[in-house]
Amino acid sequence: MTGATALGDSQRQFAAALLDPQRAAPPGLRAWNGSDPAARLAVYRNNVVCSLVDALADSFPVVRQLVGDAFFRAMAGLFVRESPPRSRVLAHYGKEFPAFVVGFEPAAGLPYLADLARLEASRVVAYHAADAEPVPDEMVSLALASGERMGELRLGLHPSVNALASPHAVVSLWAAHQLDDDGEIEPVDVDLPESALILRTGLEVLVLPAPRGAVEFVEAVRGGLNLGDAAVRAMAAAPDFDLTTTLTLLLAHGALSSIHLPPRPSS
Amino acid sequence: MSSTPQALNHAATDSPARAGVSDQAAGLPWRAGIGLKPQHFREVLATRPDLGFFEVHAENYMVDGGPFHHFLTQVRAHYALSLHGVGLSIGGIDPLDESHLTRLAALIERYQPASFSEHLAWSSHGDAFYNDLLPVPYDRQTLDRVCEHIDRVQERLGLRMLLENPSTYLEFEASTMSETAFLREVLKRTGCGLLLDVNNVHVSCTNHGHDALAYLRDLPLGEVGEVHLAGFARDQDAAGAPLLIDSHGSPVDEAVWGLYAHVVAKLGAVPTLLERDNDVPALQTLLAEAGRADIMMGAQAEPRRCGHYWGGA
Repeated sequence: MTGATALGDSQRQFAAALLDPQRAAPPGLRAWNGSDPAARLAVYRNNVVCSLVDALADSFPVVRQLVGDAFFRAMAGLFVRESPPRSRVLAHYGKEFPAFVVGFEPAAGLPYLADLARLEASRVVAYHAADAEPVPDEMVSLALASGERMGELRLGLHPSVNALASPHAVVSLWAAHQLDDDGEIEPVDVDLPESALILRTGLEVLVLPAPRGAVEFVEAVRGGLNLGDAAVRAMAAAPDFDLTTTLTLLLAHGALSSIHLPPRPSS
Repeated sequence: MSSTPQALNHAATDSPARAGVSDQAAGLPWRAGIGLKPQHFREVLATRPDLGFFEVHAENYMVDGGPFHHFLTQVRAHYALSLHGVGLSIGGIDPLDESHLTRLAALIERYQPASFSEHLAWSSHGDAFYNDLLPVPYDRQTLDRVCEHIDRVQERLGLRMLLENPSTYLEFEASTMSETAFLREVLKRTGCGLLLDVNNVHVSCTNHGHDALAYLRDLPLGEVGEVHLAGFARDQDAAGAPLLIDSHGSPVDEAVWGLYAHVVAKLGAVPTLLERDNDVPALQTLLAEAGRADIMMGAQAEPRRCGHYWGGA
């Protein structure tokens, strides 16, 4: 097994050198012309970090616009070295990027940046989430006619639905950056709290500005509460919560994939 | 030595596929194809370009739902598909990731590709994935490991895979054989086919001071099931020698077209992918490159089965 172990050591050292620019090139490398292999190893180091930074740049275009390309690439490069992907499927690489942004000191002057990253991460999740048909209208009508048992209704969210609440106006900020290149970006008062639902309708990912109460309601439903308990939770968090408006918003955008009344508990 | 898996690619020159067997086991159509890019999804479906096949990176489609599956399903209804993996880490010292093989099996079941290919490289170590195709030493230990891994892939997926020759920037003191000797041995021991990346041949031979034509002569070209063509970027090493980078971000270089002409002269028509993964241009630009490959193969003039290949989903 000595040979296999040597091979393992060699690959382990190579792997360690990829993400650590300070680390010397591992032993055992060579170039045909006797040139320093470190310059050639740099190609791999660059490929690894650049390709992952590019993946993050694709997922977080507005964060990148807000801080500029050079700042973004430096920030993302540090994240890549600290948190390389744990999966071979890169679609969701960057789920932890918003948490990294929270603690990234040089970005402290942009307190809304991490929540904006959260919004963009939710858009990626919504884009690739499982397909599901919206609950049919007749089923909704039937369920909502449950009379006194209406509070017991169980709602199923479309797999793409995510909710976001921020002390900053990240929804307006994000929307302002969806204009074409020449469009003037409207000034946004970033100190206003905002919330949104992020979901996919058909093939399109939507960012729907939504009242805080609607976001609380969706989170409560996701947490397993029935309609009545979720409404109570939402009302406690946002006294202006309106159940009818919220259900209308959810149904209008296909955010519910099921609605049913559980069987009466046998007594 | 593996037991012979059920053949998905019949690539050998004298295999029945060459005689015109028109079922899926015949592999990809003998024409040019291009990579399917999200920015081209709608245009491809609206215009249905005359192409041999589309290729996708398997890992991009390992998502639950949404537009990627929606569009690939529609494209697959009209075109043959090549499924190209970039994440198996066949050259890795770690055991293969069985859950990744399960995801691949599910994609193969769903999309019925005419070919599955992977790389002679590693891309993950421990629990980190590096998203790059990293080099291996060409020695006995690596050979055993790579063959074990390919045996397992072919057994698990129930097909004959194609293995792609790599672009490399470094060599290892531990290497005891040439890349071509290593590939020959892998093909012989596992029965897998060869995905001949002609750009990689040019890049690696330039980077290591080898003669690309000699490299091609040293490979069992009869086992080629697909060819890749792509562009590279130019850099230099510490001694100022040219160092070519396999960037997939520019048109195919004339030197690579020249090598391709040699391959076509030897093989005749062969499924040929124009690869472009960075700075993806307009669909028309990629189609023009594919057209050039088709003309070089003489494929357009010949009423081969592949021109009528409409793989049903």
